[in-house]
Amino acid sequence: MKEIMLGNKAFARGLYEAGAALVSSYPGTPSTEVTEEAAKYDEIYCEWAPNEKVAMEVAFGASLAGKRSFCGMKHVGLNVAADPLFTISYTGVNGGMIICVADDPGMHSSQNEQDSRHYAIASKVPMLEPSNSRESLEFAKLAYEISEQYDTPVIIKMCTRVAHSQSIVETSERVVPEPKKYEKNIAKYVMMPGNAIKRHPVVEQRTLDLIKYTEETPLNRIEEGTDKSVGIITSSTCYQYTKEAVGDKYPVLKLGMVNPLPVEKIKNFAKSVDKVIVIEELDPIIETHCKNIGVEVTGKELFSLLGEFSQSVVAKALGMPEKEACPAIEGLPVRPPVMCAGCPHRGLFYTLSKHKLRVLGDIGCYTLGAVAPLSATDMTLCMGASISSLHGFNKAMGEESEKNTVCVIGDSTFMHSGMTSLANIAYNQSNSTVIILDNSITGMTGHQQNPTTGYNIKGDPAGKIDLEALCRSMGFNRVAVVDPYDLAETERVIKEELAADEASVIISRRPCALLKYVKHKPSLHVDTDKCKSCRACMKIGCPAISFKEGKAHVDNTLCVGCGVCQQLCKFDALVDEGGNV
Amino acid sequence: MMQTVNIMIVGVGGQGSLLASKLLGHVVMTKGYDVKVSEVHGMSQRGGSVVTYVRFGDKVYSPVIDKGEADYIISFEVLEAARYLPFLKKGGKIIVNAQEIDPMPVITGAAQYPENLLDKMSAAGADVSAMDALSLANEAGSPKAANIALMGRFSKFFGDITEEEWLNSLEACVPPKFLELNKKAFYLGRNS
Repeated sequence: MKEIMLGNKAFARGLYEAGAALVSSYPGTPSTEVTEEAAKYDEIYCEWAPNEKVAMEVAFGASLAGKRSFCGMKHVGLNVAADPLFTISYTGVNGGMIICVADDPGMHSSQNEQDSRHYAIASKVPMLEPSNSRESLEFAKLAYEISEQYDTPVIIKMCTRVAHSQSIVETSERVVPEPKKYEKNIAKYVMMPGNAIKRHPVVEQRTLDLIKYTEETPLNRIEEGTDKSVGIITSSTCYQYTKEAVGDKYPVLKLGMVNPLPVEKIKNFAKSVDKVIVIEELDPIIETHCKNIGVEVTGKELFSLLGEFSQSVVAKALGMPEKEACPAIEGLPVRPPVMCAGCPHRGLFYTLSKHKLRVLGDIGCYTLGAVAPLSATDMTLCMGASISSLHGFNKAMGEESEKNTVCVIGDSTFMHSGMTSLANIAYNQSNSTVIILDNSITGMTGHQQNPTTGYNIKGDPAGKIDLEALCRSMGFNRVAVVDPYDLAETERVIKEELAADEASVIISRRPCALLKYVKHKPSLHVDTDKCKSCRACMKIGCPAISFKEGKAHVDNTLCVGCGVCQQLCKFDALVDEGGNV
Repeated sequence: MMQTVNIMIVGVGGQGSLLASKLLGHVVMTKGYDVKVSEVHGMSQRGGSVVTYVRFGDKVYSPVIDKGEADYIISFEVLEAARYLPFLKKGGKIIVNAQEIDPMPVITGAAQYPENLLDKMSAAGADVSAMDALSLANEAGSPKAANIALMGRFSKFFGDITEEEWLNSLEACVPPKFLELNKKAFYLGRNS
């Protein structure tokens, strides 16, 4: 059947059609929907793991048991899962195993724009790179065959524009292969030195075998062109930009398998044209390979190492004319992302900002605590780093910092990699104040369940980790819970815990305002007679509050009646439907 | 060979651009065109400036639209229409919801919401068609249907897609319990 599908959904469809049995992932933009869509098929066991390392190890376990498995993550998630990756490369698989990694060139929703192809090279694992939804589906199916034939996990590299673009796919029926039999094999699966030494040459031989495959596979195809003065080597979304810009003018070597890269195919292609240009986003991986095999190419001399490309980036680099556009209107104010109206993080960050506390932050919606007017956050690095860095900061600076520095971390991020950092504080004893922002969901990636929410990926009841009990069991005597909508109480507790002479955990608990089960109050409005235009309500950076004709104004399509602004108004000008404060 | 038609749907995160692009992608696919839709998920959705690209024709390669390429910009908000103006072809059409939503720099007082943006866009060479989609959506039963009211207005520009085909796609894209509301919003937009 012909359907228009998101790249990630098509990928999930490919997993389904190939008979995948188990999916374990941690959400991360732009990879999340592969797993969400897979979870809609009852035939596949799907779960959210606490982090990517766990997810990859779960998928490996299922492969060991003989079933086709999958784990998905964003580029920075592969850093977390790198440890199992490098050794699964040695053990190989039993049932086929696919790892999806989704890069985010241009950093639409990421803290860096690392190029995941380095991981495929470093771990000596084959990598496929689809360029649209149809290929996302087909490559997923093919990857299982490669995985089982060559006894290797296979990485499929997505990027934002493939993962989050919809295009037309043809679907077919699910075919479940006969599960592989599990047989104990110490030499293959117990990676202690004596065994691993014998597996390494197997890995090197596999790469040689895969080079033969990559020379012949239709995944790497040549599309003829009318003008052989230039030949272009490209892959992924850059292939689409190239074809959009040059059409059928220049011959194109379109690579669907980017590790290992072909040698003879590239040499032969280069011989058929006068000059070769490599078009790839981020790092010069294909370019360096070409140069290593003695093929002269032009790449990063023409194209940036930074950000996303497009058809006009390609056209400009190839000397084609620019298109005539309407001129820009100058001086337009920017519109950065903001915390939603009613976001429980707002009250907490307002309190931290009011007391000019140092805030070591983490990865999630609450990264927006760094945005004006709250501007509360001092640092954001990677998942879990808030807690560990706070410990280091306090150890380095001593008491002066312990009394005015906190860290903030979401419930899901805490489960992901905050627990080990908290164990470090309990063990090595800094007087640190850790704030867990428990909004009862993984917010930024679009509401995924996690081990603290009590529900699984399908929304069915599941195990629920008790944050208070967990922190106490680690040795924290001071564990406080506050409602961040209550500014006075939030302020009191933060002051008290900073003043305490031992480490503490504050759980700022209030479900995400966008959760369907959260009941909103009616919108507040401004009593303009009472409003003295003091702008105190503007300090919280709520998108529902603005200034109109010299007075505060509440947008009733956005306001959810959380009441945080009312607590800032000394003149009782922010009132509910009945005119009450 | 048919020239690819380039449509940008822009607005503020949370206004419903994903449903609008889904509807448009669906209706052109059922007409037999090749189509690509490129969306933004994640952080930018949190009240930030968002853009969705829809491209259709005989054969579509790139999922994105570049400066000077858009035939149409459908905007859910005035400032966002102005922001993406350089993506519009000279003489291209802007269908804009007349709603103004203050961005954070305006809320904090660091910037002013620009004045006369509709006139400025026309002066820059755009064919601007403004409408009050929010009022139409309220009339239909919910302010959330402003996206579909806007799509109703946009639908008038495509003579070769019939009203019935739009409604069939609407039925395929909207959950049954919201279908009547969205149909009403679509009609109100189409006949505005």
